[in-house]
Amino acid sequence: MFENLSHLVLQQYWWILIAILGALFVFLTFVQGGQTLIYSIGKTENEKTMLINTLGRKWEFTFTTLVTFGGAFFASFPLFYATSFGGAYWVWFAILIAFVLQAVSYEYRKKPANLLGTKTFEIFLVINGLLGTILVGTAVGTFFNGAQFSLNELNQVDWQTPFRGLEAVLTLHNVALGLTVFFLSRILGLLYFIFTIDNENIVARSKKSLLYNTFPFLVFFLWFVIQLILKEGFAVDPDTGEVFMEKFKYLHNVIQMPLNALILVVGVVGVLWGVISTLFMKSLKGFWFTGAGTVLVVFALFIIAGFNNTAFYPSAYDLQSSLTIQNASSSHFTLTAMSYVSLMIPFVLAYIVYFWRAMNKKKLDEKEITEESHLY
Amino acid sequence: MIEIADLSLVDWSRAQFALTAMYHWIFVPLTLGITFIIAFMETLYVKTGKEEWKKITKFWMTLFGINFAIGVATGIILEFEFGTNWSNYSWFVGDIFGAPLAVEGILAFFMESTFIAIMFFGWKKVSKKMHLLATWLTAIGANLSALWILVANGWMQKPVGMVFNPETARNEMQNFWDVLFSPTAIDKWLHATSSGFVLAAIFVIGISAWYILKKREIILAKKSILVAAIFGLLSSVYLIWTGDDSARTIANEQPMKFAAIEGLYNGSEGAGLVAMGVFSSTETDPVNENYKDFNIKIEIPNFLSYMAFLDWNAFVPGVHDLINGNEKYGYMAASEKIERGKIAIQKLKEFKDARKSGNTEAAETMKTEIMSKDFQDNYFKYFGYGYIQNTDDLIPNIPLTFYSFHIMVALGFLFVILFILALLFVIKDSIANKRWFLRFAIISIPLAYVASQAGWIVAEVGRQPWVIQDLMPTMAAVTRINTGAVQTTFWLFAIIFTVLLIAELKIMFRQINIGPKH
Repeated sequence: MFENLSHLVLQQYWWILIAILGALFVFLTFVQGGQTLIYSIGKTENEKTMLINTLGRKWEFTFTTLVTFGGAFFASFPLFYATSFGGAYWVWFAILIAFVLQAVSYEYRKKPANLLGTKTFEIFLVINGLLGTILVGTAVGTFFNGAQFSLNELNQVDWQTPFRGLEAVLTLHNVALGLTVFFLSRILGLLYFIFTIDNENIVARSKKSLLYNTFPFLVFFLWFVIQLILKEGFAVDPDTGEVFMEKFKYLHNVIQMPLNALILVVGVVGVLWGVISTLFMKSLKGFWFTGAGTVLVVFALFIIAGFNNTAFYPSAYDLQSSLTIQNASSSHFTLTAMSYVSLMIPFVLAYIVYFWRAMNKKKLDEKEITEESHLY
Repeated sequence: MIEIADLSLVDWSRAQFALTAMYHWIFVPLTLGITFIIAFMETLYVKTGKEEWKKITKFWMTLFGINFAIGVATGIILEFEFGTNWSNYSWFVGDIFGAPLAVEGILAFFMESTFIAIMFFGWKKVSKKMHLLATWLTAIGANLSALWILVANGWMQKPVGMVFNPETARNEMQNFWDVLFSPTAIDKWLHATSSGFVLAAIFVIGISAWYILKKREIILAKKSILVAAIFGLLSSVYLIWTGDDSARTIANEQPMKFAAIEGLYNGSEGAGLVAMGVFSSTETDPVNENYKDFNIKIEIPNFLSYMAFLDWNAFVPGVHDLINGNEKYGYMAASEKIERGKIAIQKLKEFKDARKSGNTEAAETMKTEIMSKDFQDNYFKYFGYGYIQNTDDLIPNIPLTFYSFHIMVALGFLFVILFILALLFVIKDSIANKRWFLRFAIISIPLAYVASQAGWIVAEVGRQPWVIQDLMPTMAAVTRINTGAVQTTFWLFAIIFTVLLIAELKIMFRQINIGPKH
């Protein structure tokens, strides 16, 4: 089946899968966003415990999606894996350390004799929420603004700044995306609290906070999108593979891929509808609208970054070192083999959805917190 | 084109990877085994309906949760370090190596992370049988993830199922099944997972023994010992069998590693196996400190030949045969391999130059030559040797490999005795009176970790200098980065992991002290 597809079609198929994984990851950062809110929404110890427990039962999904995202990128676009991870050393390690701290914090927070104390593990969760979203968003910003690297004839990376990727924060457009992801994750976190916790105080505080987080989200999101459609982009000549700067490249990508533009618009509407229905129509299920909207928006942005003859990981230092889905991908054989493996994804998603529903059938309340034998 | 990285950069990058891998491997084996032990215990609960089995299951589940969290924390660093610190490697073999990592994420990690949440929080949310299924799937998911990462590791030890593509300057996969079912990979998986089963069984027996010594939780302890001893005994027999199989694979595929684990310098027919030995403190070869000999050794005649080739009189090559060559037995000298490797690298450079200058005809001719079977079998096969400056660099640290191997094997046999005695005493219901045995069981817990770490030292130190056997030495695989950056992250991880390990141990000891919830 897959072996009969052209290399380009397989490359596009895998970029779509990468886009889906990236989109699911950003959706799942509701865990990170929620972690940054444990002190402002949880005013008593019990409330805080409820917040941490509702997030704690999902933290591994975000974590696993990040790991799978890395693995899938490695398998399908190994040159990106080698270039970005090997090049932007400090950015990736900052992100990874934030996730290391998260992995132990839920389990160790309330355990007796935990060496560092409950407060420290809570701060670790906050750090993970901050760095895990802002830095990932900023790093993805380089997909549109370029990074400082060059590749030699063996495709070995040379990074051109001693900051090894941290210089991305000097480009405000990258930071705008980082902050967009940060505030979006907080919005998702708040909607998740409202959706899963049966506690009036938490719901009331979450709604209030939702309003405060939506404004900065909109500001940064609009800043990012407007600058994106107005800026020059990294285009690829499909015949020669040469990379060149094209005015309004990303605007062209939006216009020339109308289905993707529709996905983007529907996604934005979904994100806003989730917030509006929660704030003004007393809906408790805004999480699903904003969540689904997030998946669509992020997916569409990945498509804009990589499709329509665009370099998805451009080099601002040496244009011809830029990575495209064609020059960075695995071989036809590997993509074919991996495509067969990808047929398992719907099955994996199905059991995740089934058990997610089973676990979330009943809202979390104080009674459950006091009776639960395994508590975060 | 040949860029040899600064050796201190290579050493620090190796140190960082070793640090992360060794920390990760402190926690992984327990997860691999204890999830099955818990699944057996919960099965007994579901079958018998007895609440005490539920209590026992939940107790071990608590300890598993503490261990699991830090295992996950160290694991994420390990996966991304292939990119951050070994980016040249990641491109050179990413077409093959990336696939198992992706499959691991898609098929195993999601299974593990979905069902572990049900395992811990689903007692009142799903049916008894569904919960039991989730526990079993957590165990299977954990062991499946081990399969994929060990397939990846096995491929590094014995690269198969690929061809070198000069256009992309990398190896590309040609046969997925060859990679997945490579005997080296399967051996590694079976041996590593069964070592995890043994470690977990010892963990359960050791902690249970402590309870009996303290005259606490007697029923929990005895029942736990019974389950763990049966599981441990079966696993340890299997472990020895897979270990024996691994030895033959190594002897055939990585003869230098085999020579190192046996401290064999001069090969011979009917070679004896050194059951125990102490290396001389003086160097018999002043140039290379790895050329040491034994001060004392206990040798079993002909046994090494049989272990390696199932033939009591077979020739087993030693370090000298592999470095200097041995024409009689068909071992090529390392210097010749280096020459051939240099030719392969030079040919690739000429091809790249021709492409760059637009000389398509010359490029195509060279490409055909590079891709020909003759060139692949006689030159490209030794590609990695082209980076080697000195033949002595091809010798791993022999004392470290030798001692690690022998410690691992000796402890492996000791654990069989432990399981037999545990089973015997618990069946005869005399275990509470065997205080010496209970103490022995407790001491065995750290010993199991020593054996487990020693196994990986054998596997990884023994194959140096290769990151991919014969194709890429570590010095060519490393990311080109300032050594100071790697030193900084090394110490950062050393501090973070050590602090988290201390926290983990403190929590674990406290939970053991608290015991099961009544």
